[in-house]
Amino acid sequence: MDKQIILKVKNLDAHFGTLHAVKNINLEYQEKSVTAIIGPSGCGKSTYIRCLNRIHEELPNSFVTGQVELKGQDIYAPEVDPVEIRRNIGMVFQKPTPFPGMSIYENTIIGLKLQGGHSKSELMDIAEASLKKAFLWEEVKDKLKKEGTSLSGGQQQRLCIARALAVNPPLLLMDEPTSALDPIATAKIEELIDELRKEYTVIIVTHNMQQASRIADYTSFFVSGDLIEHGKSELIFTNPTNKKTEDYITGRFG
Amino acid sequence: MNRLYFRKIKNFIFLGLISLSSLFIIIPLSILLVFLISKGLHGLTWSFITELPKPAGEMGGGIVHALLGTIWILSLASFISIPIGILGGVFLSEYGEGFLANTLRYSADLMTGVPSIVIGIFTYALIVIPMKSFSALAGAIALSLIMLPTIIRSTEEILKLTPKHIRKAALALGVPRWKVIFFIIVKGNISTLFTGIILAISRATGETAPLLFTAFGNMYLSSSWKEPMATLPVQIYNYAISPLENWQNQAWSGALLLIILILILNICARLISGRFDVGHGPKFIFMKLRKKWTSKSF
Amino acid sequence: MTYLSSTRFKLAPHKQDKICLWGLRLFAIVIIALIVGLLIALFHLAFPAFKELGFSFFKGTAWLPSEGIFGILPFVYGTFLTSFLAILIAGPISVASALFLSEICPKRLASFVNLFIEILASIPSIIFGLWGLFYLAPWMRDTASPFLKSHFGFLPFFEGTSFGVGLLTASLILALMIIPTITSICREIMKVVPCEQKEAALALGATRQEMLKLAVISPSFSGIMGALMLGLGRALGETMAVAMLIGNNPKISLSLFAPASTMASVIANEYSEAVSSLHTSALCAVAVVLFFISLLINVLARVIVWRFAPLSNRSRG
Repeated sequence: MDKQIILKVKNLDAHFGTLHAVKNINLEYQEKSVTAIIGPSGCGKSTYIRCLNRIHEELPNSFVTGQVELKGQDIYAPEVDPVEIRRNIGMVFQKPTPFPGMSIYENTIIGLKLQGGHSKSELMDIAEASLKKAFLWEEVKDKLKKEGTSLSGGQQQRLCIARALAVNPPLLLMDEPTSALDPIATAKIEELIDELRKEYTVIIVTHNMQQASRIADYTSFFVSGDLIEHGKSELIFTNPTNKKTEDYITGRFG
Repeated sequence: MNRLYFRKIKNFIFLGLISLSSLFIIIPLSILLVFLISKGLHGLTWSFITELPKPAGEMGGGIVHALLGTIWILSLASFISIPIGILGGVFLSEYGEGFLANTLRYSADLMTGVPSIVIGIFTYALIVIPMKSFSALAGAIALSLIMLPTIIRSTEEILKLTPKHIRKAALALGVPRWKVIFFIIVKGNISTLFTGIILAISRATGETAPLLFTAFGNMYLSSSWKEPMATLPVQIYNYAISPLENWQNQAWSGALLLIILILILNICARLISGRFDVGHGPKFIFMKLRKKWTSKSF
Repeated sequence: MTYLSSTRFKLAPHKQDKICLWGLRLFAIVIIALIVGLLIALFHLAFPAFKELGFSFFKGTAWLPSEGIFGILPFVYGTFLTSFLAILIAGPISVASALFLSEICPKRLASFVNLFIEILASIPSIIFGLWGLFYLAPWMRDTASPFLKSHFGFLPFFEGTSFGVGLLTASLILALMIIPTITSICREIMKVVPCEQKEAALALGATRQEMLKLAVISPSFSGIMGALMLGLGRALGETMAVAMLIGNNPKISLSLFAPASTMASVIANEYSEAVSSLHTSALCAVAVVLFFISLLINVLARVIVWRFAPLSNRSRG
């Protein structure tokens, strides 16, 4: 496979107060792939992923050291502006977060509107394309003006995905996007991620190992902020090299 | 890039403005406190607190009649409003559905919005006119009308915080319902209830308008509830608008005394509840009201 | 646990409960009766004025007790002008401070500022009036009004000279008094915004300001409106500080420097020295109007909060 490396994480450490939440992570991510991050709760998965788009540092008493190179540029370089960086990275959270008081259409394009420089027709086109990519277009095309919060949980989550896709980021981060959803909605989103892999790089945190084995090309296993093992999903789940990984996967701990 | 730059400027200006906003609170308040202390402190002597006022024009004199008057009238008002208020709150929290309960709730909400001077006029009509004189009793009733709705609502909200399953567990023990209410629920929340009450009292301490035509005022020490009685806020008012400099100075010392009294009450309330961010005033009630208004159909 | 044993009473437990329930109901009825009684008593007192003056009371702009002329408009004007001006001043300051305290301010500084706000909230009206009379009014007369006159004197709002007391001074003190109310409510509302909303906004590449607008102010909007209404309600009924700072002149004037009167202040100032029983009755009539206006604002606050509440709150019931 001639896929390029789109994201390089080098010696990444993250602190939160006195807690050393992420310890010396070194990883590389290929473009147009899906990588899952699994591990027991509270092991730094969410913190790690928030370091990748510099959201972690918004918390009080937190700091990050190390480098994260997105397409060759270190996002933690001193002259880099976190606000700008986030334009290139999309993020979806565990709880669906449509902005209240805004319609479905407005929610989809809000990222674009903030950046500016698009005409009305461009916005409309991008909104339609994003909603289609998020498998939501058919369900909302007749009610774009309705409140974003009037959708069901699964639909809201797909709306958030559409919103993230609208700014066309090469990298998409997902923090347990289906934990709050029912199985049918979950299945829809997994189907969606499968499609997304053709165009985007996805890093998804999940506590559901079956999900990871279903949709991810690669899987990383974290425990308490340490990267225990990383590799192709099929290998991790059938033949892990580290004992801790094996214990977790077989349910012996975590 | 141009657009991002513009957004960043907007960001900077906005954050700067809202950071400065707090100064508009801190600066006037500091000026007020400094002024109050500087003008009132030297007059706040032991003789000031223990002596009666001297006739107009003479130097010296004290404010003990107003201090005692405030304490006396507040005690009477508490005596009236606390039992009724707590029982009303208990009714609302334990038997809170139904026409009577809703009517009570709406009426109490209504009352919290009534300006205190209107309450003063009502008490004037109800008590002063039949008695044909201003009286401490009238003042106490006026204050209790002001304290009552607050005590009712705060009692209701505090008691409602106890989860339902505790009531069920107590009933399952074979305890009659009224005992569950008073000996378990109320007793269990007594310190928080007390806090709410003390805060209601501390607000009533500073009320002036309803006392203007009820307790009216007195330059002498009065101990009868049938006669007009001086209170700190009203005395401060009378001194402040008088032309005599001695009295104006005493207004400041009286004001300092009043604020110290209120602060003591507030600190007591906080200490009892053990928390320092509790709010049982309009804010608390408003938050509950807002939740109620937005969650039920209107 | 003998005190919980019910063998002490001769009645069966469910009868005891019934007595308790009826006892509580009695208290509830007494309280409601008191409140209804208040309304009736007020009307009773005000009735002679309504009967004698008729509509001239509501339309009249002159208030001359010695001649038996009583028009309420100057006081309605004074009340509304000072209250709205107070909200205009206090509103932005309060909401901005609430935003600052809940989102930007470092923790230790925040508790310091909160302490100030709590102290401000417990200062009674009379002390504001006292300070206003001896500090704010002279400041207005000597410093602020000459400044405003020299820069904005062409506006009708700043005509004439200021004697210290007047509409503007009263509005300023009112603003100071309602700031803690509005700020603390807004802070509570902003605190409960889910942090995922804020993170989502940041993740889209929003600046801090944009995030605050999208994820904090927007969902809190109805609560903020409600807080402002509550502040307005408080300002409308405020008596002592206004009575001492408004100049007590029952006239309508455009200039903010002019002395005026509010409904609450005229009652406080004239009630005990009313020149005739009609005068007293007219003042009670003013109290009735004030009562109904406060009631209206209360109801309006409810409606606004309900109407602006996010749809999700409403539909989920």
